[in-house]
Amino acid sequence: MPAGPNQLLGHRVADAIEAALRGAVTGRHVEWVEVRSDRVRDVLHFLHDSEAFDAAQLSNLTSVDRHTHFEVVYHLQSLDLNHQIVVKAIVEDHENPLLPSAYPVYKGALLQEREVYDLMGIRFEGHPDLRRLFLWEGYPAYPLRKDFLSLGQITGKDVNPGLVRFPFEDTEDPDRMLNAGNIVTGEREAAAGNAGQAQAGH
Amino acid sequence: MPARRRQGTNVNSTVEPYVLNIGPQHPSTHGVFRVRVVMDGEVIRDLDMIVGYLHRSMEKLAEERTYTQNIPFTDRADYLAAMSGNLGLALGIERLAGVEVPERASYLRVIFAELQRIASHAMANGTLVSDAGAWQTPLLYMFREREKILDLFEMTCGARLTTNYMRAGGVSFEPPPEFWPALKELVAELPGRIDEYMELLADNEIFLGRTRGIGVITPEDAINGSLVGPALRGSGVPWDLRKAEPYCVYDRFDFDVPVGIRGDVYDRFMCRMMETRESVRILQQAIAQIPAGPHKNDIPLALRPPVGEVYSRVEGPRGEVGFYLVSDGGPAPYRFHLRAPSLINLSLLRELARGASLPDAVVTLGSIDIVVGEIDR
Repeated sequence: MPAGPNQLLGHRVADAIEAALRGAVTGRHVEWVEVRSDRVRDVLHFLHDSEAFDAAQLSNLTSVDRHTHFEVVYHLQSLDLNHQIVVKAIVEDHENPLLPSAYPVYKGALLQEREVYDLMGIRFEGHPDLRRLFLWEGYPAYPLRKDFLSLGQITGKDVNPGLVRFPFEDTEDPDRMLNAGNIVTGEREAAAGNAGQAQAGH
Repeated sequence: MPARRRQGTNVNSTVEPYVLNIGPQHPSTHGVFRVRVVMDGEVIRDLDMIVGYLHRSMEKLAEERTYTQNIPFTDRADYLAAMSGNLGLALGIERLAGVEVPERASYLRVIFAELQRIASHAMANGTLVSDAGAWQTPLLYMFREREKILDLFEMTCGARLTTNYMRAGGVSFEPPPEFWPALKELVAELPGRIDEYMELLADNEIFLGRTRGIGVITPEDAINGSLVGPALRGSGVPWDLRKAEPYCVYDRFDFDVPVGIRGDVYDRFMCRMMETRESVRILQQAIAQIPAGPHKNDIPLALRPPVGEVYSRVEGPRGEVGFYLVSDGGPAPYRFHLRAPSLINLSLLRELARGASLPDAVVTLGSIDIVVGEIDR
């Protein structure tokens, strides 16, 4: 069974959430419970404060790009009762994903939400310090999204959004091929012009 | 000018707060980890951590590699505890694909995971003592045991750090015949070595002065801040996945979970020391109990787990190492997420550093025990 040994049934959690917060649950599954993204903080508050669930610790927070929507996955656990709860917030808006931050409930969300924002581009409302974590401010893409192609996936004339391919990437020289695809510059035309000049100077 | 200087600095002068940059290349940051601190004289007013110097986008790369091809990545995440990372991912793949593991392989996994824990704790405590001022000597003492453990790794799987030892369905190699006497000798030797360190450090007045009451984390903060491993147990929360959610054959061994009382740097140090003792106990029992049999079940090369997802976790030296794997039925994971204890244990760093002096913050960071490869992935 893919579910963890101490994982609570999603149906049971969903029933309790639905009884306390009407309309918050959008889907039930054996392993997890799906909730509306705009009510996820209420759900986390409820699970955190509830005696039956006692979700004292946010064990893991991550996200999945499903092409049409995002899932933000919360793995909660109770240290006293020794069980795990999986909550998924479904973010329908793929263009401009936004949902409430879990930081007011769990301080452990501080860096995990920054990581999700950095790599998946999901913004968290109410996060005290939402900046890029690994990449730098101004990096034009969110690499863990499915429309971002990694090096092995780039073929032919593919270009990642906001990133530039330089003319020399078509070369057979392996050292230069290593740089394919992910060189960040400002304007595409300006960069192409600079690259052209650099090559001419060379 | 020289005459005035000899009279000492003027204590009444006010100094504007200034920004001090530490790292990314600095011995106290334990890797390419950078912090910028706002200092008001000797006191830290604010702290900002800057990570990502070692970011290799492992999670993206994982999406175009098969499950087995991803196991070497876990070596390079937490490079001081490669075995624990290997084990977490192997268990995740097994649960996702429904693969059985021979009993002997489970025992070998426990033996190597515990050896790795001892090696990693030796490194963590050695560098912590270095941070506290005992420059290099205790660290090199502790490296003595770590070297022997890495030798055991090398004779089994050929690598010392990036072991790539665990597989879905077992382990990659049966240890050679010379492994067992060397392991038994090490296990017999370790309790005496730990006593030696305790004698040198546990009651050392300078070490106590540098670590007692420094970087105190309350149990409530530790739980709410998602802290795991010795950082959580140092605050008195007896949470260990080997007990709470026994994987492999951990439920067959008799061992204790050491916890601290005060939640300060010293308690986290002592937790690691005591855990080393418990690891030795587990090793003794595992060596006595290990059955004969195959070390690996054969699995298809192109493993295609059914559609689904799994969150598998093991207790690594730094705490809960979690793997969130989503399968769409293909040979490569649709989504691969590594829950990095080193990163998440830093959630409280800013709060801990505010109001502390710079040397105390360095010791606090050392006691949390980060590995930058795992932070950045």
